[in-house]
Amino acid sequence: MLEIKDLSVWYGGINAVKGISLSIKRGEIVTLIGANGAGKSSAIRAVAGLVKPRGSIVYTDKDGKDIELVGKAPEAMVKLGIALSPEGRKILPHLTVEENLLLGAYTLDDRAVVAENLEHAYALFPRLKERRSQTGGTLSGGEQQMLAVARAMMSNPDLLMLDEPSLGLAPILVDEVFKRITDINKEGRTILLVEQNAFAALRIAHKAYVLEVGNITLEGTGHDLLNNDKVREAYLGG
Amino acid sequence: MFMQHFINAIGLGSLYGLIAIGYTMVYGILRLINFAHGDIFMLGAYFIFFATISHGLPWAVGAMIAIAGATFCGLLVDRIAYRPLRNAPRISALISAIGVSFFIENFTVVVFSGMPRPVVQPAALMAPITIGSVRLVPLALMVPAIAFILVAALLWMLYGTKPGLAMRAISYDIETTRLMGVSVDKIIALTFAIGSALAAVAGILWALRYPRVEPFMGIMPGFKAFIAAVFGGIGSVPGAMIGGIVLGFVEIMSVAFFPTLSGYRDAFAFLLLVVILLWKPTGLMGGKLEDKI
Repeated sequence: MLEIKDLSVWYGGINAVKGISLSIKRGEIVTLIGANGAGKSSAIRAVAGLVKPRGSIVYTDKDGKDIELVGKAPEAMVKLGIALSPEGRKILPHLTVEENLLLGAYTLDDRAVVAENLEHAYALFPRLKERRSQTGGTLSGGEQQMLAVARAMMSNPDLLMLDEPSLGLAPILVDEVFKRITDINKEGRTILLVEQNAFAALRIAHKAYVLEVGNITLEGTGHDLLNNDKVREAYLGG
Repeated sequence: MFMQHFINAIGLGSLYGLIAIGYTMVYGILRLINFAHGDIFMLGAYFIFFATISHGLPWAVGAMIAIAGATFCGLLVDRIAYRPLRNAPRISALISAIGVSFFIENFTVVVFSGMPRPVVQPAALMAPITIGSVRLVPLALMVPAIAFILVAALLWMLYGTKPGLAMRAISYDIETTRLMGVSVDKIIALTFAIGSALAAVAGILWALRYPRVEPFMGIMPGFKAFIAAVFGGIGSVPGAMIGGIVLGFVEIMSVAFFPTLSGYRDAFAFLLLVVILLWKPTGLMGGKLEDKI
């Protein structure tokens, strides 16, 4: 569904991603783990069109058509079936929970579909329904993260990209959010998950890549990497 | 007597308010003070002048043409002078705004000459009516009525429609709004269109109230409306309207009660700006200035 070839990202003279290649099959949870500054966010931001990379990113939509994503604007991605829940959640604090969600469905014109997606989002995260008319800024960190994921789900994406969904959350909330990610995957959606919390990410991932200073240094199934000595030592605390 | 002043103040204030909305909406999204906004107001007045006085079209038709023409000019200003500078430092766009303002004013002088031209007021709007002790012309009531209807419509648009939701979202975080599939350039163009249309309405009503047009007529009302926008809390639409009306009262009442100071009328407006900046820099309805985390 997504073939990334020789992707590099430059910020001025700094080379954050150094020619990585990875492939994501439909229906998988694929995770990109690595330390802070390894280039994970840059890679996912390149797929979302927020930074202009070199290389190629070929996305296969649900009709089987191959589309080159490099050079496409971020606002074009949603219509292709790709949604990103950005790092730091980026909730709009002055809008209500429901308005935040409706913004996620901005490209959908059919009101009935929007209403259906909204109900689906509330079913996934019942807490958001309770808080629907509160402004986003009044939510707790965990609730904001749920809102960010739910908002990305509002466009009914085929490929859901999540940038650091565990950031700043208490362990119990990390479990909750990752359980929802698994549920979303079981609906048949493909998930690209960028995480520093390697343990949580590897436990749910079908496939995983380890990124170190802009290069992929290891890849394998989530289970393999969870038991890999190098990974255990570097990311899982031995 | 007081009622007379009161109605005058509301009338002048709602015109300031209509212009101020354009400043406040553009600033809310782009953090840009659109200095050319007062000139769009002036163009609205010129267009109604040419449509009705020179070409003899009915006022209603002329008003449509003037609003459409000024809206087009507002969109053109965004497209030519601001959009290419979207990723440039903010000061560049500000300089561009000042340049566009001078350009429009002087272009108008070249094309239409600098001579003020008289506007013939429609008799129906100027026939005095007496309510109790107050004698007024229908125009004096029409101005605030139109202003309030337009503001109500704008608030409905902002809080009840999808483009309105996108505008409110963009004003906080452009990148995240783009991720939701919102075409930011379209929404910004819509913002300029709305602001310009409201400025054109203000220009038309201004030309009816103070019956003449000249190329520099937009400068002072533009500054005043900017003060109104800052006073009300820049970024806030209701704030812009309230700021406009407060400014209308300050001007009319200061002259009414201190006739000897009538020459300082503009000074009072700028004094208001200084006071609000010292006392509450974010304005009446402005949110807290917070750093984005």
